[in-house]
Amino acid sequence: MRLSGGVRAPTLTTFTVAGDQTVELTGAEIFVRCLQEEGVDLIFGYPGGAVLHIYDALYKQDKVAHILVRHEQGAIHAAEGYAKSTDKPGVALVTSGPGATNAITGIADAYMDSVPLVVFTGQVPTHLIGNDAFQEVDTVGITRPCVKHNFLVKNVKELATVIKKAFYVATSGRPGPVVVDIPKDVTAHKAEFSYPKTIRMRSYNPTIKGHSGQIRKAIDLILTARQPIIYTGGGVILGRASKSLTDFTRLLGYPITNTLMGLGGYPATDKLNVGMLGMHGTYEANMAMHHADLVIAIGARFDDRVTGNIEKFCPYARIVHVDVDPSSISKNVKVDVPIVGQVDNVLKAMIKEIKADPRKPDAEALKAWWKQINEWRAMDCLKYDRESKLIKPQHVIESLWKATKGDAFVTSDVGQHQMWAAQFYRFDKPNRWINSGGLGTMGFGLPAAMGVQLAHPGATVACITGEASIQMCIQELSTCLQYQLPIKVVNLNNRYMGMVRQWQEFFYQGRYAMSYMDALPDFVMLAEAYGHVGMRIENPGDVEGALKEALKLKDRLVFMDFITDQSENVYPMIPAGAGQNEMILV
Amino acid sequence: MRHIIGILMENESGALSRVAGLFSARGYNIESLTVAPTDDPTLSRLTLVTSGSDEIVEQIVKQLNKLVDVVKLMDLTEYRHIEREMMMVKLRVGRDDRDEVKRLTDIFRGRIIDVSAATYVVELTGDSAKLDAFIEALRPFEVLEVVRSGVMGIARGDVALKI
Ligand SMILES: Cc1cc2nc3c(=O)[nH]c(=O)nc-3n(C[C@H](O)[C@H](O)[C@H](O)COP(=O)(O)OP(=O)(O)OC[C@H]3O[C@@H](n4cnc5c(N)ncnc54)[C@H](O)[C@@H]3O)c2cc1C
Ligand SMILES: Cc1ncc(C[n+]2csc(CCOP(=O)(O)OP(=O)(O)O)c2C)c(N)n1
Ligand SMILES: [Mg+2]
Repeated sequence: MRLSGGVRAPTLTTFTVAGDQTVELTGAEIFVRCLQEEGVDLIFGYPGGAVLHIYDALYKQDKVAHILVRHEQGAIHAAEGYAKSTDKPGVALVTSGPGATNAITGIADAYMDSVPLVVFTGQVPTHLIGNDAFQEVDTVGITRPCVKHNFLVKNVKELATVIKKAFYVATSGRPGPVVVDIPKDVTAHKAEFSYPKTIRMRSYNPTIKGHSGQIRKAIDLILTARQPIIYTGGGVILGRASKSLTDFTRLLGYPITNTLMGLGGYPATDKLNVGMLGMHGTYEANMAMHHADLVIAIGARFDDRVTGNIEKFCPYARIVHVDVDPSSISKNVKVDVPIVGQVDNVLKAMIKEIKADPRKPDAEALKAWWKQINEWRAMDCLKYDRESKLIKPQHVIESLWKATKGDAFVTSDVGQHQMWAAQFYRFDKPNRWINSGGLGTMGFGLPAAMGVQLAHPGATVACITGEASIQMCIQELSTCLQYQLPIKVVNLNNRYMGMVRQWQEFFYQGRYAMSYMDALPDFVMLAEAYGHVGMRIENPGDVEGALKEALKLKDRLVFMDFITDQSENVYPMIPAGAGQNEMILV
Repeated sequence: MRHIIGILMENESGALSRVAGLFSARGYNIESLTVAPTDDPTLSRLTLVTSGSDEIVEQIVKQLNKLVDVVKLMDLTEYRHIEREMMMVKLRVGRDDRDEVKRLTDIFRGRIIDVSAATYVVELTGDSAKLDAFIEALRPFEVLEVVRSGVMGIARGDVALKI
């Protein structure tokens, strides 16, 4: 991988003069120093007038590498991919006006999925703000509803402190995107530089430890339940708690189900895992939720894709809910025992309590419960036609899983292919499944894969996509060439916006309004035009071989265009308005 | 139910729009919202009057607390508290009306704070119901303008919203 481009001038290193007096730095230099102090090694961005001083300062150093994307949306998704696959925040830099507005989709995406990002936007000089100046938009105003917090830096003296706050807010508590809007003149003005080591904000103190009384109440329910289920989500991944979750689950021997965002939080191939729940979750997971007498929700937010009809949700269950964000608790579903705190912290405390408790889970009840669950499991709800003459999308994902030994990083776009990826790629590790759940942003997959690949240079990174989604950020193929990112693009090409087509088939009597993807490009030629390897696969018998060949090309991006069965649907499915026990099976 | 929430917030530009934006984005009711800096100029005090079911008000309180600039808040409805609103009313008063308007103003413990050849401005402070009642009482006269501050609230006794 090549990270730097162009000739570099000597690094700016010395900022002191005789007498050890600190020299004043420009805002742009302060910006770069702050990133260095934060340990940022990589940022994603796109230049423009308002950020030229910053780009100049970046040019003069070599600690912070800059990845030039082809569209600002790509920069944000790449930063998300970077953040979701590591334990560091993603950082992006865009210019004012159109640079900022192009970034909005990505920022909203990060907000919905609680991704820690710090996004720097250029702004017109302070004296022009409010004048409809060239490339001016009210970035703080536009982004307010889709950020965790945002700042407008009006004075260079505040810059370092604001940047420190931005990183702190983005990465603590419930993570999320923070936007820092920097007017151009602020990047030219000078100030003394010192980066705060720590920061305290009187208005912002996220809870870490769970309340011990609440934890004891939860333990009472946990150790007396007869039909319990553990329901976990993205909070486990975001909170790096999968080890504790695994210990907790195995200690109890209870069934566990993960949301789309929680996949990999507990090994998918373990027998205690009943698979994903929700609209396209497994029959056994949804039935177990419906019949449970106790739901232990951990870092999950009772999204409507999960609950189905809220009136019919978990009618027999008491609910324990662990979440760092109090506003996630009892928002959609009233819970019995709320515990506000960091998942890892709370899980560890619960494990300790359970081990010290003389009571044990009721073995008889649990046995009967597992017997029931295994009967639901025997329905084999994810079965598909393995004899088909057409390539089945499920077959491609399953083969990818096998070919990568279940150990790849997998990003996804949005649609049917995303659901099949979630169902058929079985994630045994956290931070391997990188997708857009809350906002459901088509175009996420490829740029996110860039961020993942840059964070994990040697790893296999696959982007599972559809012919419609991939075209929403296809320009990033050019970025992939520049930085030699050997992503494996798995395009499940059904010539339809399959997810839309499926709804039209089920709920609009097959009136396929605007869901047919006409006039598609030749993806093989397209990949080649961008300097990559293209493959078209049309026969089920060729799927394994093609994947193997592609994975062998370790240093090339390979675009695999799988021509799949157009009529395939995602099963099982809870139709809108139905309860979790009312799934459509195949 | 109607709730009156006192909020201490960092006195940053845009703080008010974060609160207003939260309410419009999430479809919560705002009956009134008042804001001004406190004795500590780095803090603003807001009083917000809203209404909703217990679940909604619980979410409102949580969402407000989640705003990074909110330092502290208090649902005053849960405490014994005082509410006050101020109003200024401009009336057209003919010669024959003056005595009656003056009398009403006295009954409501208001004050006439501006007089011109044809108009009065009456100032009145009290809870919202009293202000409503005054406007009702002024019906026979020609009201030109009504300016209300929105409700401010404070808890009685030892309870205080401070950092
Ligand atoms: C086409 C499509 C279909 C979908 N179908 C499904 C489906 O069938 N099933 C499904 O599950 N989803 C589905 N989704 C995704 C769905 O829209 C939601 O994004 C998802 O269900 C939310 O997952 P989550 O509850 O794990 O919450 P997340 O969005 O991951 O939120 C995490 C929660 O954990 C909390 N948290 C974060 N960090 C911590 C921490 N350190 N400690 C404690 N708590 C923490 C947060 O406050 C939050 O409440 C679908 C999406 C799309 C686009
Ligand atoms: C930016 C954006 N626009 C529209 C949608 C609505 N949408 C959801 S899935 C989908 C179709 C996706 O088609 P494709 O990428 O081919 O995937 P498939 O469902 O066929 O696997 C659409 C249009 C969306 N999620 N994101
Ligand atoms: Mg498609």
